[in-house]
Order: sequence, then structure tokens, then C-alpha cells
Amino acid sequence: MLDSNTPLVDADALISRLITEHQHRPGALLPLLHAIQDNLGYVPESAYPQISKALALSVAEVHGVVTFYHHFRTHKPGRNVMQICRAESCQSMGSEALEAHAKKCLNIDYHQTTADNAITLEAVYCLGNCALSPSVMMNDEIYGRVSPSDLDALIAEAKA
Amino acid sequence: MTTTIYIPRDSSALSVGAEKVAVAIAAEAKSRGLDVEIIRNGSRGLYWLETMVEVSTPKGRVAYGPVKVKDVPSLFDADFINAKPHALSLGLTEEIDWIKKQQRLTFARVGVTNPVSLDDYIAHDGYKGLKNALKLSGAEIVKAVTDSGLRGRGGAAFPTGIKWNTVLGCASEQKYVVCNADEGDSGTYSDRMIMEGDPFVLIEGMTIAGVAVGATQGYIYLRSEYPHALVALNQAIEVANKAGYLGDDVLGSGKAFHLEVRRAAGAYVCGEETSLLESLEGKRGLVRFKPPLPAIEGLFGKPTVVNNVISLASVPIILDKGAQYYADYGMGRSRGTLPIQLAGNLKHNGLVELAFGATLRELLYDFGGGSATGKPIRAVQVGGPLGAFLPESQFDTPLDYEEFTKIWAVLGHGGIVAFDDTVDMSKMARYAFEFCAVESCGKCTPCRIGSTRGVEVIDKIRSGKDHAKNIQLVRDLSDTMLNGSLCALGGMTPYPVLSALNHFPQDFGLPAETQAG
Repeated sequence: MLDSNTPLVDADALISRLITEHQHRPGALLPLLHAIQDNLGYVPESAYPQISKALALSVAEVHGVVTFYHHFRTHKPGRNVMQICRAESCQSMGSEALEAHAKKCLNIDYHQTTADNAITLEAVYCLGNCALSPSVMMNDEIYGRVSPSDLDALIAEAKA
Repeated sequence: MTTTIYIPRDSSALSVGAEKVAVAIAAEAKSRGLDVEIIRNGSRGLYWLETMVEVSTPKGRVAYGPVKVKDVPSLFDADFINAKPHALSLGLTEEIDWIKKQQRLTFARVGVTNPVSLDDYIAHDGYKGLKNALKLSGAEIVKAVTDSGLRGRGGAAFPTGIKWNTVLGCASEQKYVVCNADEGDSGTYSDRMIMEGDPFVLIEGMTIAGVAVGATQGYIYLRSEYPHALVALNQAIEVANKAGYLGDDVLGSGKAFHLEVRRAAGAYVCGEETSLLESLEGKRGLVRFKPPLPAIEGLFGKPTVVNNVISLASVPIILDKGAQYYADYGMGRSRGTLPIQLAGNLKHNGLVELAFGATLRELLYDFGGGSATGKPIRAVQVGGPLGAFLPESQFDTPLDYEEFTKIWAVLGHGGIVAFDDTVDMSKMARYAFEFCAVESCGKCTPCRIGSTRGVEVIDKIRSGKDHAKNIQLVRDLSDTMLNGSLCALGGMTPYPVLSALNHFPQDFGLPAETQAG
């Protein structure tokens, strides 16, 4: 992921390259959006015209797809993304308390980023780790049987 | 002599530290000058024992677990690499009761083999099914799948052979096989375990499907929440391509089959087959009207087989051992085995593959060991967020599609989530509506509007406002969603809502004696 100081002009070049790479695949839009978000951390709205032109879609269609899917975001997240599972299995093992603890410690709600830009908090509906509920994902790492004190340790590490 | 040690690479094992354990064991072996080879296998599915480390011995594998990094020096001190006893000893893996009591067909190799080793896969009977299939006509393959009685394991339980037969019967220059790997139901993880623990069995199943119906391109639509499955699948696909098990000329048969993994993007509704196809085409995942069926007009308008991971992964053994062998497992019209996933508030959660017919009580207590918190199990949700909540009085229902239909419940994808007696069922009903509101694709009104109204009405009930009137309103709303929604998301949200209301009326401020069936 590019760090937050990277000028957007590089992002434009990167997006052009990714478009060239993906535009000829059948159903190219999702793989392309993934590639952009994997590299930049988000899909900048400024890229919509470029994407729409390459894939022969309207800007509204691109916007419609980006906003339909929970995974895609149009704004840069914090340095780390923490997802807490809200699904039934995790609820049965105390995820509600974990959510409340996270929101209180980070002083933010879901879809928000901490003041120091360290953590963006997101909800997720099942990580497939239901045997070891409650579960949390930090970036691409999954954690099972997470207690509030485990969560504190994860937060401390992310803020370090 | 080199000692082989198995340490899972499965997500759930990683979630409790398997990676650190693997690193620590490698480092400790090195510092002691011991010659060990570490294989990163899938999980055996005994998740309360993860990280479960196994050591290969002439008598079979010996297991230790749950191993934490801090246990590693003492394991070496106890000479575990020569299978010597330790406080974490579990004995011979195959002799562990939980494993012995299962009937593993689809999951036969998961936890046993190196998931991305083709040699290992073949040494454990892999690709026998495809080799048999290549000697048969498409119609003969489809007949075998039909005769096995295999029904879609994704939830709808539609006969797989009938679906394939429709695609086989369509004339088209291009057909597709699409694997629905958008496993989004809470309490389910068997798709993930197959993709991480034995990706070749899915690849083989899809290849057989392609050969059977004349499809040359396959897509695995994989949920974005499964990064480790993505890695394992891509590694296995690359190996299969290089070895000629995929590509323009599958095993010299002259038949082509190409396979690609496509990442989903966090929309639950894309587990519904028509919205999945829209998503694969690069659009918003809006549900399509049926007909036309995807088997006739599917991906990019072409005939398409859309099957769940477990359905496709069950095909190789059917083509290997025969339709009758598979059909001999099960009861009634539910043939073969079901990989059951125990989740939530249980002592021993994990994957149990059994022939249809076991009861919930056996699974919850014999396998699950009762609740994790030690309190009574009060409610069990079977079949994901759209499945009914079952009270204790229904725990003796056998796992069989028709038996579950009789009690107005669903087996779905075989996920079982247990709740202890601290659960508030009106809150769970509210959550069901809330989840539907978050995940609705928005195309049909009952689902889009009904779910949001449902949350509001449950809130009124919970605060006691116009109580009787609002209870009736939930029932009316549920009736509209059941009968008027375009797909299962809106159409089945009433299952958790009404089952909670009917079986646990006291949680909605009603007298307990109004309890129905």
C-alpha cells in the first residue's frame, strides 16, 4: 500500500497501468477495482471517468458498482483496518461487548478512523472463523477467540 | 532421518497462532540440530485443539494440541518428534474419538495432505474421479451425479445432476462452470476449509463438471473475507495447469478447461446465484428474475452450471467410487454426507462430516460437548442467518432436508450456531431484520423496505409500545416478505424472525404458554 504522503499524480499513473492490465478481461470491473484498492487502499472517485471510458460504462455505473459492495471504499482508510465480526456465531460468544469495547477505546464508531489515523473500524459479517468466535480481522490477519484484552493488544500494536 | 511435522495453514488455526507455532518449531529444531520437515496441512477440524501439531511416525501420525509458542521448548524436551508423551499429547490422530466417529468422504484429505502438493493429492486417490470421467460421455457423467442423489450443498438442495443435465442439453458455443464460493452464512466455514485444505478436490470437481456439460471456462467466485483461500486456490490452479490437469488439453483428452478465481467484494446477496453472476459480469449484484434459469442463460448470457464449493468437491468421489457408493450414505431423499459446522457457544467446535440422519442433539452434545459457557443451550440456529432458531424440544430432529422442512426450518449449508440461556431472542429477531437491511440488493420492495420496517417494529415491541398490534405487524410483514421477495434473502429472513417469536414468545413480552409447535 502506498503511504499517505504519496502524491496522487503517481496514483493516476498507477490506475492507468491497472486499467491496461485488466480492461480486456471479461467482467473486468470488479478485478480492476480490487487491484486499485489493493494498491491505494481505496478507489478514488477521481478515477471514475478514466475507468468508465476504458470499460465503456457510464460514470454513474462505475459509481453504482463501487458503492454497492461493502468491500470498496472511496476514501483513504487509516494505516490499519480493523474489522469486527457482528454475525450470530460471534454474537453468541460476546462480540457485542467486544464492539462496544473497541468503539470506546478508539473513540470512534464503525466506518470511522481514529484521530491519529492509526485504525479504521469496520463491521464484518462472518470471517468463516465461527468455530473460534468472537473473531476480528486486522488488515489481512485473522484473530480468533478475541477477548477485550486481546483487542487492547491489537490496538496498541496498530498504534505503535 | 528427517521427521515430518504437520502444522496447519488453515485460517482458523492461524487465528489462534499456528504461524507463530510453525516458526517457533522450525527455529527450535534448528537450534537443537534436529532434521525436521514442516508441512503446512489443512485443519483436521478439531478447532478447540488448534494449533494441533502432528508428528509422522511408523505407526501413524501422533497429535499434540492445543500448542502455543510457549509449549514448544517443552515439546522438544519431551522428545515429541519421536512421539514421546507430553501434557499436550492426544495420541494417534486417527484414533481420536471425534475423528473416528465421522464419515469423511468430501473431507477425506483435509488435514491429511499438503493442500498444494499435486503428488500428495494423487497419492491419496486424487484425480481418480476425473480419469474415470474422461472415459465417459457427458451424459454418462451427468447420470452418475444424478444417481448419486447429490443435492446442492449451498442451501437450496436442488439435485445437482438435474442442473447439469439442463446445461448439457443446451446448444451453445460457450458454456461456463461457476463455483459459488461466497460462503457468507454465519456458522459456516466448510467451503473455506476445502479451499484452504484440499483445493485440488474443488478443481477436480469443477473440471469434471466442465467435461460433463461441455464448458471450457470455470470461475471460482470467492468472498473477499478469505485471503488465505485465495492464496491456496491460486497455488493449486498454477500447479494443475503446469501438470496438464487444467488447460487446453486436460490430461490429453482433447478437452479444454480453464479456471480462474474471482474475488467478491463483501456483498452477502452475491451468494444468491443470479446476483453472483451479475457480480462476475462486473455489475452491481442485483438479483435477476428467474426464468430464464442460469443453466440456460447464465454468465454472459450463456448456459452455466452454478454450484456451491461442497457440491462440486463431492463430485470426484462419486466418479471415483460410483454413484451407488455415495448414495448408500444418508436417509430418505438426503443422500451422501453433509459436512456439518459446529459454531458459536459450544465447547468443541469444528467440522463433522456425517451421513445425513444424525440428530442435532448428538452433534451439540456428543461432538460439541455442550455449551462453552457451561450454561444450558437454549437456542440453535441452523443454516445461517436465514435459518430458523430451534428450541431444545426440536433437538432430536434428524439432519435431513425433508425432516427440517417439516418443522419449518432449513439445513442450509450445514452450519449450526449454538446460544446459551443468556440469549435474548427478540434481539436476535431484530438482528435478522437488520442484517437483511444491510445486505438487501434493493431490487424488490418486500426485502428492501420490509427489513428496515422490521427493525422498527421489533424496537417498538421491545419497548412495549402497542404490543399486540406490533406483534401482528411483524407477522404480516413476514408474510409479505416470505411470499413477495425475489430471492432467499428477503424470502427467508422471516425464518429466524418468526421461529424466534414462535418458540421463545416470552422474549417478546408474551406469555410462555403461547409457544407454538
